Amino acid sequence: MATINEIQDQIIEDFGLFDEWDEKYAYIIDLGKKLPGIDPKYKVEENIIKGCQSLVWMTSNYKDGKVNYEGESDAIIVKGLVALLLKVLSGQPAEDIAKSDMYFIHKIGMEQHLSMTRSNGLASMVKQMKMHAIAYQSKTV
Amino acid sequence: MIDTINTDLITADGTLNIDRIREDFPILHQEVNGKPLVYFDNAATTQKPIQVVEALTAYYLNDNANIHRGIHTLAERATAAFEASRDAVKTSINAKEREEVIFTRGTTEGINLVASTWGLANLKAGDEIVVSAMEHHSNMVPWHMLAQRTKAVVKILPMNDAGELLVEAFDTIITSKTKMLACTHVSNTLGSINPIKELIAKAHAVGAITLIDGAQAVSHLDIDVQDLDADFYAFSAHKLYGPTGVGILYGKRAILEAMPPYQGGGEMISEVTYESCTYNELPYKFEAGTPNIADVIALKAAIDYINSIGKAAIRSYEHELLDYAVSKLKDIEGIRLIGTAKDKVSVQSFVFSDIHHQDLGIILDQEGVAIRTGHHCTQPLMGRLGVTGTSRASFAFYNTKEEIDQFIAAIYKAIKLFR
Repeated sequence: MATINEIQDQIIEDFGLFDEWDEKYAYIIDLGKKLPGIDPKYKVEENIIKGCQSLVWMTSNYKDGKVNYEGESDAIIVKGLVALLLKVLSGQPAEDIAKSDMYFIHKIGMEQHLSMTRSNGLASMVKQMKMHAIAYQSKTV
Repeated sequence: MIDTINTDLITADGTLNIDRIREDFPILHQEVNGKPLVYFDNAATTQKPIQVVEALTAYYLNDNANIHRGIHTLAERATAAFEASRDAVKTSINAKEREEVIFTRGTTEGINLVASTWGLANLKAGDEIVVSAMEHHSNMVPWHMLAQRTKAVVKILPMNDAGELLVEAFDTIITSKTKMLACTHVSNTLGSINPIKELIAKAHAVGAITLIDGAQAVSHLDIDVQDLDADFYAFSAHKLYGPTGVGILYGKRAILEAMPPYQGGGEMISEVTYESCTYNELPYKFEAGTPNIADVIALKAAIDYINSIGKAAIRSYEHELLDYAVSKLKDIEGIRLIGTAKDKVSVQSFVFSDIHHQDLGIILDQEGVAIRTGHHCTQPLMGRLGVTGTSRASFAFYNTKEEIDQFIAAIYKAIKLFR
């Protein structure tokens, strides 16, 4: 499996093909539409990344040292961004996730969605995913 | 205010000279994401004319000094300008006396001041506080907090689906148990103009005190606190084309006199000994510490600017914008307009069943259009309407029909992307 940075670089390359912003958003929207919904049993309060604009649910499991994530949002662009994060981080070793640098967000021009002040910002999703990874790591130590 | 009308900003037939007015708002002349900025988030905060910015700068460049206590010239100038702003507010809302105008940090602080001082001193278990179903959190949470502390009860004035308060319910909700009626003059989410004069009269008939949240009303409506007979009227400068960080709490002198002070220190003190203290007179009793001097002074420039156009002309033009926007929005497939009261200001909320408000807001931003999306700090109202949030466009007198066209085109572009 490709590493976190290899996947990020591939995404940056893919986004480089878009000349117009609407092509980029159309792609993210498409990713959002294609992302399978999270199992309804996980759509519970404790899995919600809180914000006032849209709802994001994030859950994970740990197998053979690797963290697998599932996520969903009621807003489609956010769901597309969740899909990108899953693509980069899901199935990766917990240790790598914990120390990863999500530079692709800036490189593909999604930094406006990174802001902590923007509800359900990518930053809070990344933080949540890293916390899961750290929690799994500490369990195995 | 006819004598202050600026013929430069108003044409001979009494309509607004929009091109000329827009020259006074430099911030509007920029591109956002490569598109001309369309600023339709005026209900959140209004843009400031250059006259307000210049008043702020002039204070810091020429007059900066602390007020009321200084003996030197700068202190005298700053104090005079600060108090001139109080006089301008008094005139603009037709308060009986200048001492009834208290400067706060904003509408929220004004409401909290009343809830914490008048409320704690006057409410007891079983008393009732009435608020409307469309209140902003700022005019609901302080009353919930007060109710928790005093064991008073918060009751809700209901509304219909159009966003109009149910007049027929007033008499069953406002009763002899009601001690406070706290209601918004204009809804920030729906734009509805509430019949507050009637509500105030009903509240007074049962001996209740009234507080009106005027945050959304001041930029559109002529406010006459004496005609309304409001006991308290709170609003913010930044929604009146003035600076942020300044609010006004109007209160009737007799009620303010009887209230305990809010915060201690600074100008609110008359005399302090090691054993006790006495408090200053109104309005200073409620203005602890060094106030937001520069911004209070600049508020006068905003009031003067609005007066130079006249609220009647502003209202008439904003209605034209609202009608134009609504006629275009109505044609969009799958849209549901939220807030369709007969009597409303230039605010229009809407939702789509298949497009999330946040998604729409993101795409509109890409097209240079700034609208507000979310629950607008009216979560109970969202529950009442059965939505998690809305998209809200709110128009000011510096907006144009061409901007509405750009906004509508952006919505169609978003629809194409999402559907």
